[in-house]
Amino acid sequence: MPAKLKFEQVKVGDSVPDSVTNGVTRPDFVRYAGASGDFVPLHYDQTFVEMAGIPTVFAQGMFTAGLLSKCLTDYVGIGQVRRFKVRFATRVWPGDVVTCRGKVTGKKEAAGEKLIEGDLEAVNQKGEAAIKGSFVAACA
Amino acid sequence: MADKSMIGKTGKPFTMPIEWSKVREFARAIKDPNPVYFDPEVAKRECGGIPVPVTFLQTAAFWQDDSSSPGMGGFDIRRILHGEQDFELLKPILVGDTLTGVAKVADLYEKEGGRGGKMTFLVVETEYKNQKGEKVAIARSTLIETGQAVKA
Repeated sequence: MPAKLKFEQVKVGDSVPDSVTNGVTRPDFVRYAGASGDFVPLHYDQTFVEMAGIPTVFAQGMFTAGLLSKCLTDYVGIGQVRRFKVRFATRVWPGDVVTCRGKVTGKKEAAGEKLIEGDLEAVNQKGEAAIKGSFVAACA
Repeated sequence: MADKSMIGKTGKPFTMPIEWSKVREFARAIKDPNPVYFDPEVAKRECGGIPVPVTFLQTAAFWQDDSSSPGMGGFDIRRILHGEQDFELLKPILVGDTLTGVAKVADLYEKEGGRGGKMTFLVVETEYKNQKGEKVAIARSTLIETGQAVKA
Protein backbone atom coordinates (compact mmCIF):
# COMPACT_ATOMS: atom_id res chain seq x y z
CA MET A 1 0.00 0.00 0.00
CA PRO A 2 1.38 3.43 -0.78
CA ALA A 3 2.57 5.20 2.34
CA LYS A 4 -0.19 7.37 3.79
CA LEU A 5 2.19 9.92 5.23
CA LYS A 6 4.48 12.37 3.50
CA PHE A 7 7.76 12.58 5.37
CA GLU A 8 8.04 16.34 4.97
CA GLN A 9 4.57 16.87 6.44
CA VAL A 10 5.02 14.77 9.57
CA LYS A 11 6.23 16.74 12.58
CA VAL A 12 7.73 15.46 15.81
CA GLY A 13 4.90 15.69 18.34
CA ASP A 14 2.18 14.76 15.82
CA SER A 15 -0.45 12.44 17.26
CA VAL A 16 -1.33 8.97 16.05
CA PRO A 17 -5.13 9.42 16.13
CA ASP A 18 -7.04 7.63 18.93
CA SER A 19 -8.73 4.34 18.19
CA VAL A 20 -11.29 3.34 20.85
CA THR A 21 -12.72 -0.13 21.51
CA ASN A 22 -15.82 0.29 23.63
CA GLY A 23 -15.83 -2.66 25.99
CA VAL A 24 -13.82 -5.75 25.10
CA THR A 25 -15.60 -9.07 25.64
CA ARG A 26 -14.88 -12.70 26.49
CA PRO A 27 -15.92 -13.66 22.94
CA ASP A 28 -13.24 -11.22 21.68
CA PHE A 29 -10.64 -13.21 23.65
CA VAL A 30 -11.98 -16.53 22.35
CA ARG A 31 -11.93 -15.24 18.77
CA TYR A 32 -8.35 -14.05 19.22
CA ALA A 33 -7.36 -17.42 20.73
CA GLY A 34 -8.74 -19.20 17.66
CA ALA A 35 -7.21 -16.75 15.21
CA SER A 36 -3.76 -16.66 16.80
CA GLY A 37 -3.36 -20.17 18.18
CA ASP A 38 -2.73 -18.79 21.69
CA PHE A 39 -4.73 -21.28 23.75
CA VAL A 40 -3.37 -20.31 27.16
CA PRO A 41 -6.51 -20.98 29.26
CA LEU A 42 -6.07 -17.81 31.35
CA HIS A 43 -7.99 -16.00 28.60
CA TYR A 44 -11.15 -18.11 28.33
CA ASP A 45 -11.35 -20.80 31.02
CA GLN A 46 -13.05 -19.51 34.17
CA THR A 47 -12.42 -22.70 36.19
CA PHE A 48 -8.71 -22.56 35.35
CA VAL A 49 -8.25 -18.89 36.28
CA GLU A 50 -10.03 -19.34 39.61
CA MET A 51 -7.66 -22.21 40.42
CA ALA A 52 -4.80 -19.83 39.63
CA GLY A 53 -6.28 -17.29 42.09
CA ILE A 54 -7.41 -14.79 39.43
CA PRO A 55 -11.01 -13.50 39.54
CA THR A 56 -11.84 -13.87 35.87
CA VAL A 57 -10.38 -14.28 32.40
CA PHE A 58 -8.46 -11.40 30.86
CA ALA A 59 -7.33 -10.42 27.37
CA GLN A 60 -4.31 -11.92 25.67
CA GLY A 61 -1.70 -9.18 25.65
CA MET A 62 -1.40 -9.75 21.92
CA PHE A 63 -5.13 -9.17 21.42
CA THR A 64 -4.71 -5.69 22.84
CA ALA A 65 -1.47 -5.31 20.87
CA GLY A 66 -3.49 -6.16 17.77
CA LEU A 67 -5.90 -3.31 18.51
CA LEU A 68 -2.86 -1.05 18.95
CA SER A 69 -1.32 -2.21 15.66
CA LYS A 70 -4.55 -1.34 13.85
CA CYS A 71 -4.43 2.17 15.35
CA LEU A 72 -0.89 2.48 13.94
CA THR A 73 -1.62 1.09 10.45
CA ASP A 74 -4.68 3.36 10.17
CA TYR A 75 -2.18 6.22 10.56
CA VAL A 76 0.87 5.08 8.56
CA GLY A 77 -0.76 2.65 6.10
CA ILE A 78 -0.61 -1.13 5.74
CA GLY A 79 2.86 -2.43 4.88
CA GLN A 80 4.64 0.64 6.21
CA VAL A 81 5.45 -0.58 9.74
CA ARG A 82 9.10 -1.55 10.10
CA ARG A 83 9.15 -2.15 13.84
CA PHE A 84 6.42 -2.64 16.41
CA LYS A 85 7.40 -3.22 20.00
CA VAL A 86 5.09 -3.57 22.99
CA ARG A 87 5.51 -4.04 26.73
CA PHE A 88 2.56 -5.32 28.70
CA ALA A 89 1.60 -3.52 31.90
CA THR A 90 -1.84 -3.80 33.47
CA ARG A 91 -4.28 -6.50 32.37
CA VAL A 92 -7.34 -5.83 30.22
CA TRP A 93 -10.58 -7.27 31.68
CA PRO A 94 -13.95 -7.96 30.06
CA GLY A 95 -15.86 -4.68 29.77
CA ASP A 96 -12.76 -2.47 29.69
CA VAL A 97 -12.76 0.41 27.24
CA VAL A 98 -9.41 0.34 25.42
CA THR A 99 -8.08 3.53 23.86
CA CYS A 100 -5.09 3.18 21.55
CA ARG A 101 -3.00 6.22 20.68
CA GLY A 102 0.49 7.40 20.00
CA LYS A 103 2.87 10.21 19.20
CA VAL A 104 5.66 10.79 16.70
CA THR A 105 8.95 11.27 18.55
CA GLY A 106 11.52 11.33 15.76
CA LYS A 107 12.32 11.31 12.04
CA LYS A 108 15.30 9.78 10.30
CA GLU A 109 16.49 8.43 6.96
CA ALA A 110 18.04 4.97 6.93
CA ALA A 111 18.58 2.23 4.34
CA GLY A 112 17.10 4.48 1.65
CA GLU A 113 13.83 4.96 3.54
CA LYS A 114 12.22 7.98 5.14
CA LEU A 115 11.27 6.79 8.60
CA ILE A 116 9.33 8.13 11.53
CA GLU A 117 9.48 6.70 15.02
CA GLY A 118 7.16 7.14 17.92
CA ASP A 119 5.54 5.94 21.11
CA LEU A 120 2.30 4.00 21.37
CA GLU A 121 0.01 3.14 24.25
CA ALA A 122 -3.21 1.31 24.97
CA VAL A 123 -4.98 2.62 28.07
CA ASN A 124 -8.09 1.51 29.92
CA GLN A 125 -11.02 3.67 31.08
CA LYS A 126 -9.10 4.55 34.27
CA GLY A 127 -6.19 5.86 32.21
CA GLU A 128 -3.95 2.95 33.24
CA ALA A 129 -1.58 1.72 30.55
CA ALA A 130 -2.25 -1.85 29.44
CA ILE A 131 0.53 -1.53 26.86
CA LYS A 132 3.42 0.83 26.34
CA GLY A 133 4.99 0.50 22.94
CA SER A 134 7.02 2.05 20.18
CA PHE A 135 7.15 1.93 16.41
CA VAL A 136 9.18 2.73 13.31
CA ALA A 137 7.30 3.28 10.05
CA ALA A 138 8.13 4.32 6.50
CA CYS A 139 6.76 7.46 4.80
CA ALA A 140 6.64 8.60 1.21
CA MET B 1 17.30 -21.40 38.98
CA ALA B 2 17.28 -20.27 35.38
CA ASP B 3 19.25 -22.77 33.32
CA LYS B 4 21.64 -20.49 31.43
CA SER B 5 22.81 -23.36 29.25
CA MET B 6 19.56 -22.99 27.32
CA ILE B 7 20.72 -19.66 25.83
CA GLY B 8 21.48 -20.11 22.14
CA LYS B 9 19.44 -23.31 21.89
CA THR B 10 17.42 -23.40 18.66
CA GLY B 11 14.36 -25.34 17.60
CA LYS B 12 14.10 -27.19 14.32
CA PRO B 13 13.12 -24.95 11.36
CA PHE B 14 9.36 -24.89 10.82
CA THR B 15 7.36 -24.05 7.70
CA MET B 16 4.55 -21.52 7.80
CA PRO B 17 2.42 -21.03 4.66
CA ILE B 18 0.68 -17.64 4.59
CA GLU B 19 -3.00 -18.30 3.88
CA TRP B 20 -5.81 -15.87 3.15
CA SER B 21 -8.41 -17.49 5.41
CA LYS B 22 -6.04 -17.20 8.38
CA VAL B 23 -5.19 -13.59 7.52
CA ARG B 24 -8.90 -12.67 7.31
CA GLU B 25 -9.66 -14.43 10.57
CA PHE B 26 -6.77 -12.67 12.29
CA ALA B 27 -7.74 -9.24 10.92
CA ARG B 28 -11.28 -9.78 12.27
CA ALA B 29 -9.95 -10.87 15.64
CA ILE B 30 -7.98 -7.62 16.02
CA LYS B 31 -11.00 -5.63 14.77
CA ASP B 32 -9.28 -4.31 11.66
CA PRO B 33 -11.79 -3.95 8.79
CA ASN B 34 -9.21 -2.65 6.29
CA PRO B 35 -10.31 -3.95 2.84
CA VAL B 36 -6.78 -5.09 1.94
CA TYR B 37 -7.40 -8.11 4.17
CA PHE B 38 -10.86 -8.86 2.77
CA ASP B 39 -10.88 -7.90 -0.91
CA PRO B 40 -8.16 -9.47 -3.11
CA GLU B 41 -8.71 -6.84 -5.85
CA VAL B 42 -8.09 -3.95 -3.46
CA ALA B 43 -5.18 -5.84 -1.93
CA LYS B 44 -3.57 -6.45 -5.31
CA ARG B 45 -3.95 -2.82 -6.32
CA GLU B 46 -2.71 -1.37 -3.04
CA CYS B 47 -0.18 -3.93 -1.80
CA GLY B 48 0.62 -6.24 -4.72
CA GLY B 49 -1.17 -9.04 -2.88
CA ILE B 50 -2.94 -9.69 0.39
CA PRO B 51 -0.66 -8.43 3.17
CA VAL B 52 -0.54 -9.65 6.76
CA PRO B 53 -1.34 -7.65 9.90
CA VAL B 54 1.64 -6.33 11.89
CA THR B 55 1.33 -8.98 14.62
CA PHE B 56 0.26 -11.85 12.33
CA LEU B 57 3.44 -13.86 12.96
CA GLN B 58 1.90 -14.75 16.33
CA THR B 59 -0.03 -17.39 14.37
CA ALA B 60 3.24 -19.32 13.98
CA ALA B 61 1.93 -21.17 17.05
CA PHE B 62 -0.15 -23.22 14.61
CA TRP B 63 2.92 -24.37 12.71
CA GLN B 64 5.32 -25.00 15.55
CA ASP B 65 5.47 -28.17 17.58
CA ASP B 66 7.70 -29.36 20.42
CA SER B 67 10.62 -29.98 18.06
CA SER B 68 10.53 -26.46 16.56
CA SER B 69 10.31 -24.79 19.97
CA PRO B 70 13.62 -24.15 21.71
CA GLY B 71 11.89 -24.98 25.02
CA MET B 72 9.82 -23.02 27.49
CA GLY B 73 12.49 -22.90 30.20
CA GLY B 74 10.45 -25.35 32.30
CA PHE B 75 7.93 -22.57 32.97
CA ASP B 76 4.69 -23.26 34.87
CA ILE B 77 1.90 -21.99 32.61
CA ARG B 78 -0.19 -20.82 35.59
CA ARG B 79 2.54 -18.32 36.40
CA ILE B 80 3.51 -17.12 32.93
CA LEU B 81 3.11 -13.53 31.83
CA HIS B 82 3.84 -12.26 28.35
CA GLY B 83 6.14 -9.37 29.18
CA GLU B 84 7.13 -7.92 25.82
CA GLN B 85 6.77 -8.56 22.13
CA ASP B 86 8.88 -6.99 19.40
CA PHE B 87 8.53 -7.37 15.62
CA GLU B 88 11.08 -6.20 13.07
CA LEU B 89 9.39 -6.28 9.67
CA LEU B 90 12.12 -6.27 7.03
CA LYS B 91 10.29 -7.16 3.80
CA PRO B 92 6.63 -7.52 2.78
CA ILE B 93 4.90 -10.80 3.65
CA LEU B 94 1.97 -11.67 1.35
CA VAL B 95 -0.59 -14.44 1.10
CA GLY B 96 0.96 -17.22 -0.98
CA ASP B 97 4.39 -16.86 0.60
CA THR B 98 5.88 -19.77 2.49
CA LEU B 99 7.98 -18.75 5.46
CA THR B 100 10.56 -20.77 7.30
CA GLY B 101 11.06 -19.85 10.94
CA VAL B 102 13.79 -20.74 13.37
CA ALA B 103 13.23 -20.01 17.04
CA LYS B 104 16.06 -19.65 19.52
CA VAL B 105 16.48 -18.84 23.17
CA ALA B 106 18.08 -15.39 23.00
CA ASP B 107 18.25 -14.85 26.76
CA LEU B 108 17.22 -16.34 30.09
CA TYR B 109 17.68 -14.46 33.39
CA GLU B 110 16.20 -13.86 36.82
CA LYS B 111 15.20 -10.69 38.63
CA GLU B 112 13.77 -9.99 42.06
CA GLY B 113 10.22 -8.83 41.40
CA GLY B 114 7.59 -7.02 43.45
CA ARG B 115 4.26 -8.63 44.26
CA GLY B 116 4.97 -11.77 42.23
CA GLY B 117 8.27 -12.67 44.01
CA LYS B 118 11.32 -13.74 42.00
CA MET B 119 10.77 -13.53 38.24
CA THR B 120 12.45 -15.49 35.46
CA PHE B 121 12.66 -13.94 31.99
CA LEU B 122 12.86 -15.98 28.79
CA VAL B 123 13.52 -14.20 25.50
CA VAL B 124 12.72 -16.26 22.40
CA GLU B 125 13.77 -14.82 19.04
CA THR B 126 12.29 -16.25 15.85
CA GLU B 127 13.78 -15.36 12.48
CA TYR B 128 11.67 -15.78 9.35
CA LYS B 129 12.80 -16.20 5.76
CA ASN B 130 10.54 -16.39 2.72
CA GLN B 131 10.60 -18.91 -0.16
CA LYS B 132 13.28 -16.81 -1.90
CA GLY B 133 15.54 -17.08 1.13
CA GLU B 134 15.09 -13.40 2.04
CA LYS B 135 14.98 -12.54 5.73
CA VAL B 136 11.51 -11.00 6.14
CA ALA B 137 11.00 -10.62 9.88
CA ILE B 138 12.30 -11.16 13.37
CA ALA B 139 9.88 -11.72 16.25
CA ARG B 140 11.11 -11.43 19.82
CA SER B 141 8.96 -12.61 22.74
CA THR B 142 9.77 -12.03 26.39
CA LEU B 143 7.96 -14.42 28.72
CA ILE B 144 8.06 -14.01 32.49
CA GLU B 145 7.50 -16.72 35.07
CA THR B 146 6.48 -15.17 38.39
CA GLY B 147 7.42 -16.72 41.74
CA GLN B 148 3.71 -17.08 42.54
CA ALA B 149 0.47 -16.36 40.70
CA VAL B 150 0.08 -12.60 40.44
CA LYS B 151 -3.13 -11.52 42.16
CA ALA B 152 -5.32 -9.07 40.32
